[in-house]
Amino acid sequence: MAKNTIELKIKRQDGPNVAARWEEFSIPYKPNTNIISALMEVRRHPYTVQGQKTTPPVWDANCLEEVCGACSMIINGKVRQACSALIDHLEQPIALEPMTKFPLVRDLVVDRRRMFDALKRMHAWIPIDGTYNLGPGPRVDPNMQAGAYSLARCMTCGCCLEVCPQVTPTSKFIGAAAISQVRLFNMHPTGKMHARERLEALMGEGGLQDCGNAQNCVHACPKEIPLTESIAAMGRETTAYVLKRLFGG
Amino acid sequence: MAARPKTIVVGGGLAGLMAVIKIAEAGIPVQIFSFVPVKRSHSVCAQGGINASVNTKGEGDSPQIHFYETVKGGDFLANQPLAKGMCEAAPGIVYLLDRMGVPFNRTPEGLLDFRGFGGTLYSRTAFAGATTGQQLLYALDEQVRKYEAEELVEKYEYWEFLSIVKDSEGACRGIAAQDLRTMEIRVFPADAVCLATGGNGVIYGKSTLSMVCTGSAASAVYQQGAIHANGEFIQVHPTAIPGEDKHRLMSESARAEGGRMWVPRDGKPWYFLEEKYPRYKNLVPRDIATREIYHVCRVLKLGVDGKDMVYLDLSHIPAETLNRKLGGILEIYEKFVGDDPRKVPMKVFPSIHYSMGGLWIDYEADGSGNIVAGSPRNHQTNIPGLFAAGEVDYEYHGANRLGANSLLSCFYGGMLAGPAMVSYAKGLERSCDAVPASVFEAERKRQEEACGRISALSGTENPFVLHQELGEVMTDNVAVVRYNDKLQAADNAILAFMDRWKCIDIHDASTWANQAVSFTRQLWNMLELARVITLGALRRDESRGSHYKPDFPERNDGAWLKTTLATWTPSGPEFRYAPVDISLLKPEARKY
Repeated sequence: MAKNTIELKIKRQDGPNVAARWEEFSIPYKPNTNIISALMEVRRHPYTVQGQKTTPPVWDANCLEEVCGACSMIINGKVRQACSALIDHLEQPIALEPMTKFPLVRDLVVDRRRMFDALKRMHAWIPIDGTYNLGPGPRVDPNMQAGAYSLARCMTCGCCLEVCPQVTPTSKFIGAAAISQVRLFNMHPTGKMHARERLEALMGEGGLQDCGNAQNCVHACPKEIPLTESIAAMGRETTAYVLKRLFGG
Repeated sequence: MAARPKTIVVGGGLAGLMAVIKIAEAGIPVQIFSFVPVKRSHSVCAQGGINASVNTKGEGDSPQIHFYETVKGGDFLANQPLAKGMCEAAPGIVYLLDRMGVPFNRTPEGLLDFRGFGGTLYSRTAFAGATTGQQLLYALDEQVRKYEAEELVEKYEYWEFLSIVKDSEGACRGIAAQDLRTMEIRVFPADAVCLATGGNGVIYGKSTLSMVCTGSAASAVYQQGAIHANGEFIQVHPTAIPGEDKHRLMSESARAEGGRMWVPRDGKPWYFLEEKYPRYKNLVPRDIATREIYHVCRVLKLGVDGKDMVYLDLSHIPAETLNRKLGGILEIYEKFVGDDPRKVPMKVFPSIHYSMGGLWIDYEADGSGNIVAGSPRNHQTNIPGLFAAGEVDYEYHGANRLGANSLLSCFYGGMLAGPAMVSYAKGLERSCDAVPASVFEAERKRQEEACGRISALSGTENPFVLHQELGEVMTDNVAVVRYNDKLQAADNAILAFMDRWKCIDIHDASTWANQAVSFTRQLWNMLELARVITLGALRRDESRGSHYKPDFPERNDGAWLKTTLATWTPSGPEFRYAPVDISLLKPEARKY
């Protein structure tokens, strides 16, 4: 059946402390388009199906190629990137909502600062002596590179936190993304030298022990990062570290 | 001079973060302002890799050859000392990135792997799958986070740069910026400010660029007296997937790994680049490949299915190799188009991609053309205390950029700009703290009033519709093939848009996270810059690099081997021309 329109329902909320409302839009159908182009069309023609002129909806987006992580939102009940959500694959009316585990800013925009704070707490970096010319880095096994690359593609989009029952707007749990980043830095030849600091942080408040093993994260990750493997690996690493600390390794 | 200078970097892509790291490494505090969380900056979109002549494949490559190919690729419009400095620094830069943990692809022996790229016959490009920009940006983001944890770096994310604060002598003494949540406008004093705000492709509506790449910050300082150089040189990338919201890049690395371009002709594949360029084949520089595709589709009418479309074919390459070396872009094609490029040829068409032009910056070189490290002149604009690095500056690439040189120039630019800012700030007689508070207050008020005027716009025009129309005018008239009558018509259209801008209906009275106000402000800045691009192109009656006029098909060194300099006036850009530093390599015919 040929469609002539795209029907959208957008959950609107002017700010964190005001009530939300739903607005419905009907825009002309075009093949091979995504949620972002639909939102752009609404912005160019901001009238609800009732013919009411409304404010342009507010959303977060940047690269539109699913590498920046900005445009995560809940689309027909599922958290994902709006750029790679193709209209032709979605049931209409398409419902757009903001993520629920992060403080709401406005409409579809939330504040994911807690994810960047978690990376800070986990010492998620390779300590280097300086940016001057110190020659080549360590040799790296191509297999280890392939493993590291698959973890390094995490774009801090927040999907894994959104689906995690242990993450709530008030809980301190850092979530799968940050745990997996600890694994990434601990496997690097230089990062390994400072693995202890990260493991200590990972065993602290809101760390690994708050994981409830629901395994939702790995299914929600748009980059297919092996998050549950990372959690398991960090479980083993922290256990080994504790034993070593106890018995003096 | 205060013991600890204050510095500000605007923009958190590769160039901005590298400048931040250099400043923090010198023990000097730095505030960084970014429209988006820095980890989401446009650098993530760079795919293919970063150039460095490490010569690990026994091909006899060297930084000198890299330098020559960069200058030739840019059709001899680049100032040569900076390009030379960049190419010489490149191997050290790639090693440094490797030490920071970038998961570069490896050889079986565990060394850095390198691949070929456009405009060269050497394997010179280090890469991390096909998301090299993302991986490089993340490495710098992580280093900056370390300095943030040490409280040397203070981040202001979701803040929009509005303007610089100029003192009575015209020097830059800080910035005005707006919190995009509370919409509060504040001024921040600084001894040195660096803009690292990226390119301006969003002026063309749809491009390969991210949504933040409007050029608004560059335009704002241009309107405050900063010179804009070579604006007319806009790179159109030969291979992108056309889309409704944007065009998605299909990296040049696809061709470097053996991808072939063709269209059906007389029932058989016609490999039009391989036939015409037997040496470089599919890896001719981007401006050349793009013009060939235009010729095939628009003149010969041989586009796939009669449309503006050609094939980029990887289907003859083993899937395992493709997954390891190009996984990131295959995934983009699969997700956004729905076909598997391991099995069927991809359909692509050229798209606006990169601005070679940008803010004019200075440099200091010695008698042999070597850049003087730590000189405060490096990367400084004509406004004292204002620096620029990354795509927002006009250096390094001349009239056309070679693939995989952009990550390099961003990184190298940041590496020069950071120390230059420190030298400049330390050399100041009077720190920004000694500047009267009234100077800052005046700029804050000016910005608040400007913002108030935008919020009060209550005409009939929609800013997003105006932007779409601007994009169409620019793409149709100021892109690959340029004619003077069309350029003139485009400028007339931009002037009409400027009138219509004044009749915008903001229709959002909110004083909280108001994107309409912010976008409308940027739209005006895009219009100002669109004139710089269009009129610069209109005046330059020759063909050079990305700038091609069929009525003036040859490069004309006698008349046009010079840098375009645009200065803002209330009635539009005023143009002057400056000589290009060609002290190291003599211009020659550009043949591939």
